[in-house]
Amino acid sequence: MAQAISFTLNGKPVRVSVRPDTTVLDLLRGPLNTTGTKEGCAEGDCGACTVLLKRKGINGGIANAANACIMTAAQIDGAEITTVEGLAHEGVLNLLQEAMAENGASQCGFCTPGIAVALTGLLARNSAPSEEQIHDALAGNLCRCTGYRPIVEAAQKAAGKIHLLAAAEMQNTVSNEEISFDGSIAKRPTSLAELLEARRELPNATLLAGGTDLGVARAAYEKDWSSIIVTNNVKELRSTKEDAAGWTFGAAVTWQEILENVGQALPSFGTLIRRFGSTQIRSMGTMGGNIGTASPIGDGPPALIALGAQITFAAVDGTQTTMPLEDFFLDYRKTELPQNGVIVSIHIPKPKSDEHFRVYKVSKRYDQDISTVCGAFWVKMSGDTVEDVRLAFGGMAAIPKRAKHAEDALRGKAMTADNVEKAGKLLGEDLTPLSDWRGSANYREKVASGLIKRFMHDLNGEAVEVMAL
Amino acid sequence: MNKHMQTTSMERSVVGKGIAHDSAKKHVAGQAIYIDDMAELPGTLHAALVVSTIAHGIIKSIDATEALAMQGVHLFLTAKDIPGHNDIAPIMSGEPLFTDDKVEHLGQPIGVIAADSIELAIKAAHAVVIDYEELEPVLDVEIAHQRKEYVLPAQELIQGDVEAALKDAAHVFEGRLEIGGQDHFYLETQIAYTIPGEDNDMLVYSSTQHPTEVQHHVAHVLGTLANSVDVKVRRMGGGFGGKESQATIIASAAALISLKTGKPAKLRLKRAVDMTATGKRHDMVSKWRVGVTAEGKILGMDVEYLARAGYSADLTGPVITRAITHTDNAYFVPNARIVGHACKTNTASNTAFRGFGGPQGVITSETIIDQIARELSLNPNDVRAINYYAPDNGELTPYDQQVEQNQLVPVTQTLLASAEWDRRRAEIDAHNAKNPIIRKGLAMMPVKFGISFNLPSLNQAGALVHVYQDGSVHLNHGGTEMGQGLFMKVAQVVAEVFQIDVDRVKITETQTGKVPNTSATAASTGSDLNGMAAFNAASAIKSRMLKVATEHFKADEGSILFKDNEVHAEGQSLTFAELARLSWAQRVSLSEAGHYATPKIHWDAQKLKGRPFFYFTYGAAVAEVAIDTITGESRCLRADILQDCGASLNPAIDLGQIEGAFVQGMGWLTCEELWWDKKGKLRTIGPSTYKIPGSRDVPPEFNVSLLNNASNIEETVFRSKAVGEPPLMLAISVYLAIKDAIGSNKEGSFDLKTPATPENILSSVN
Repeated sequence: MAQAISFTLNGKPVRVSVRPDTTVLDLLRGPLNTTGTKEGCAEGDCGACTVLLKRKGINGGIANAANACIMTAAQIDGAEITTVEGLAHEGVLNLLQEAMAENGASQCGFCTPGIAVALTGLLARNSAPSEEQIHDALAGNLCRCTGYRPIVEAAQKAAGKIHLLAAAEMQNTVSNEEISFDGSIAKRPTSLAELLEARRELPNATLLAGGTDLGVARAAYEKDWSSIIVTNNVKELRSTKEDAAGWTFGAAVTWQEILENVGQALPSFGTLIRRFGSTQIRSMGTMGGNIGTASPIGDGPPALIALGAQITFAAVDGTQTTMPLEDFFLDYRKTELPQNGVIVSIHIPKPKSDEHFRVYKVSKRYDQDISTVCGAFWVKMSGDTVEDVRLAFGGMAAIPKRAKHAEDALRGKAMTADNVEKAGKLLGEDLTPLSDWRGSANYREKVASGLIKRFMHDLNGEAVEVMAL
Repeated sequence: MNKHMQTTSMERSVVGKGIAHDSAKKHVAGQAIYIDDMAELPGTLHAALVVSTIAHGIIKSIDATEALAMQGVHLFLTAKDIPGHNDIAPIMSGEPLFTDDKVEHLGQPIGVIAADSIELAIKAAHAVVIDYEELEPVLDVEIAHQRKEYVLPAQELIQGDVEAALKDAAHVFEGRLEIGGQDHFYLETQIAYTIPGEDNDMLVYSSTQHPTEVQHHVAHVLGTLANSVDVKVRRMGGGFGGKESQATIIASAAALISLKTGKPAKLRLKRAVDMTATGKRHDMVSKWRVGVTAEGKILGMDVEYLARAGYSADLTGPVITRAITHTDNAYFVPNARIVGHACKTNTASNTAFRGFGGPQGVITSETIIDQIARELSLNPNDVRAINYYAPDNGELTPYDQQVEQNQLVPVTQTLLASAEWDRRRAEIDAHNAKNPIIRKGLAMMPVKFGISFNLPSLNQAGALVHVYQDGSVHLNHGGTEMGQGLFMKVAQVVAEVFQIDVDRVKITETQTGKVPNTSATAASTGSDLNGMAAFNAASAIKSRMLKVATEHFKADEGSILFKDNEVHAEGQSLTFAELARLSWAQRVSLSEAGHYATPKIHWDAQKLKGRPFFYFTYGAAVAEVAIDTITGESRCLRADILQDCGASLNPAIDLGQIEGAFVQGMGWLTCEELWWDKKGKLRTIGPSTYKIPGSRDVPPEFNVSLLNNASNIEETVFRSKAVGEPPLMLAISVYLAIKDAIGSNKEGSFDLKTPATPENILSSVN
């Protein structure tokens, strides 16, 4: 049992004794005294705490932006972290930093370290990013002063020139050693068998995959965890398989990895994933976590349900069950997952040439926002006739849900404005949205039926989104 | 072009250059020190506020037993522990630091916990048990208005005879606009670090725009005198008005812990507490009747504002004054009655926010213009043009200030041409004829903004300049740096006076012990006031050095030239440093405290008449948007801006202010929505629920220019003009463009409340 966390910080090995549930931000700003990394929100949304995280075998083993505020120390043991202090080489700013300083890319400067880190991460892996890719890289960084234009321009000016400092002696290891300090234990299984054993041993432990949801409560100091089980090194949960029938993703595969696998084949899903949090969130968050947290407003489930995904989970005794994902959700935050079970994998079938899939997300802000309504639609056409259809929604009920009455109104009919209108009127048979700060029930109903119209226009090849202009 | 522009075209060596922000390199390297980054002294205690969990009620009991039993928790302080006055009202009185009897908004501070760590302090704060007798909260300004519940008396401005004007008008239109509030969302939350000294002295590091107010309130709360409290501010991680009066809560609470324990104390608010406990931009409802001629010329308007003051006055009074004095915006209104009500609601006390009431006034004005154009089927730009202040109408505002150096026609005409209005108008109309779902809109609007604090006494500043024997300069002034580049601008002024390189001027933290009795860095006046005070200080030293030089060179004053870090006269020269050393040797003072008081201004706060503003700035914007009529989503596709900055002290910094203000204004009007539940709990208290603009929300084509060859008719510092707030209101062009898109197939006028979220847009489409 280890009583310390070991990792590489800005190229130098660090070994520090802290509770494994300490947030990385508190670790950096506290015991390690690297205060360049800032706390702006402590909920993984503003990006002031952005660091680069490099983990063996995860996200291609390259450095990705991540939010230190909602990440725990247990998750970075054996990894490499680069903070703003590590961007300059021997006191000389990197070219992105130079370009930012010269270009007026900082005003108050508080968001700036996170932005410099996020953009350095982008430029280190993509020497010629497009403006859209720069926006993708900035989706998890808020600036309240500049209006962003000088920041985007600085990234363009510095393109092609950034190299990250390589660790002198790369540690980057994966260990299954338990970490324990000051009343908090972290287990780090590397196989499904070890994971289930850990579940049996610590039945009250928090199961932590990316931590992009659970980490928020930790960062607010509303929770601390006497025991956690980190899943991101479990090899069965880390596997990705693709064949002619589809993809099978282990539950601990990150959204960044999923995007890289499905983005081209399913461009609409790819767009959703790009809006799925930010680079920071996608590099940590996992599909299994997104499903397991069973939020009614999660964006993954409606898309996966419309695609006809299957979920496989294991009970604590190792028994595995596979079922359609749509049947997995029972009620608000309630699922078929047995007590102390774990989600193992998700299978996504590939749409055939006569099958069409689109997913639309409506939110107050385009990037890094939670859906007011997410509508995911799959249709199998036979000529002009809808042979089969799945209309799945998020944000419209206590669980992600199909609108089966509306589907029935379309099945066997042509996708005409008239039929779409009729289908939209039947959404209330299945969906019961709430009113909250993201939108009233009435608005959600209008948008949900409107999105079916958008689907029809989209399949006709019309421009249907303001972002397409 | 305007003839005034010729007056100050002389070449400058430092002023007018686009020099980067003084901390730019430190920002990008993570080496700029904010208060939470400072090394903590041994024994530092960490604090957390205990705040009300209900919006309205009576406190029956407070039980901190469990909290205080936690290991590492030191103390819990409430109102009864305050040795001085439990009042931190910036203008009025009766705004307690900690409430002890009634609770008037959810998130209201009741006490403060001190512990060994912030985590422990927050956990202990949650463990304090407060028993309330709950009362019904008032959350709506209309209800408060009906019940006549106000925090201040109404303010009323009367000009001419509005009823007669409306009676004579060809048309009278009525309207109502719901204008949303806005959270500041500075990236650095409120924070203070206090260090106790001898004799109950208190050193306060505060992230504040108003160190003097923090100083006075800390002294007031601690029961000491102002001379016992020294407040320091090197930089803030954003302010936007939110760290003016609100910072006093944080600093006073931390100082109270230091006083009681003799230990340093740090209070840093977590984002959710910051957004819950502190005030925001006032949301308002404006209502009007406007009388116009058949051609759309305004004859009179009767406007009423219902402002959400929150539970107390804070700065609501002057915010309403500024809304009233900006209801004319660019337009001559011969007859007016403009009334503002400070409605009392059980929500946090609203406060200063960039624009300070001006945005609510200007959007009301522009919505009235938009309504006139729609009702009369006129081109809105024509309606604007016939109503602009112009020589033929006398250019007198409803508050009796003469509009001078009027740039409305040149600014708007130049912009309409550079933004290719005519071509794009035709293209957009053609697009809309073919595309029923995704529709586009285009709009132009001007902004005239008055510069000075409405209250004349606030329009003063001090600066302290030392020249050392090596010719290096120490600069200190009352202005604070929150990212707006003030420190660099003022350093440029001093470098210009001495004709030395700007990097020889040391920028130092604002400190009440060095420059006293300062005004808030607010109302866009930072560089006008502090720049001029520093100019006066540096000029006084320079004139003494000049005298030394005349004796040394045996030359006339007129023949001596300060240039490029040197002093020249008739073929002889000294370096600036040599002259400094010579001055010292001759026992000449090289230190000066400069002061500046804005001239010409006066104000009758009862009648709302006078000359509140030293001068006006002018700007205009054209925005193009697309909206989705199925979902209500919108996107700004292009924005063009032309802003008058006078003879800009630093065009690079001014450009950043314009762009940043515009995007912040877009946020106010589109995606930033404050949402309270029925119990009065704000539910948008972090970036996951409260959405400020991201990089992709910035218009992909964004053309921003400063008005060419501009100057200031008034003797401001090097004839520059203020820039902080005015461009925020240019984002109203985005709102008007959204209305243009919605209205593309509508007859007559219609409402669109702000923020124009997808939901609000869709409700106006249908």
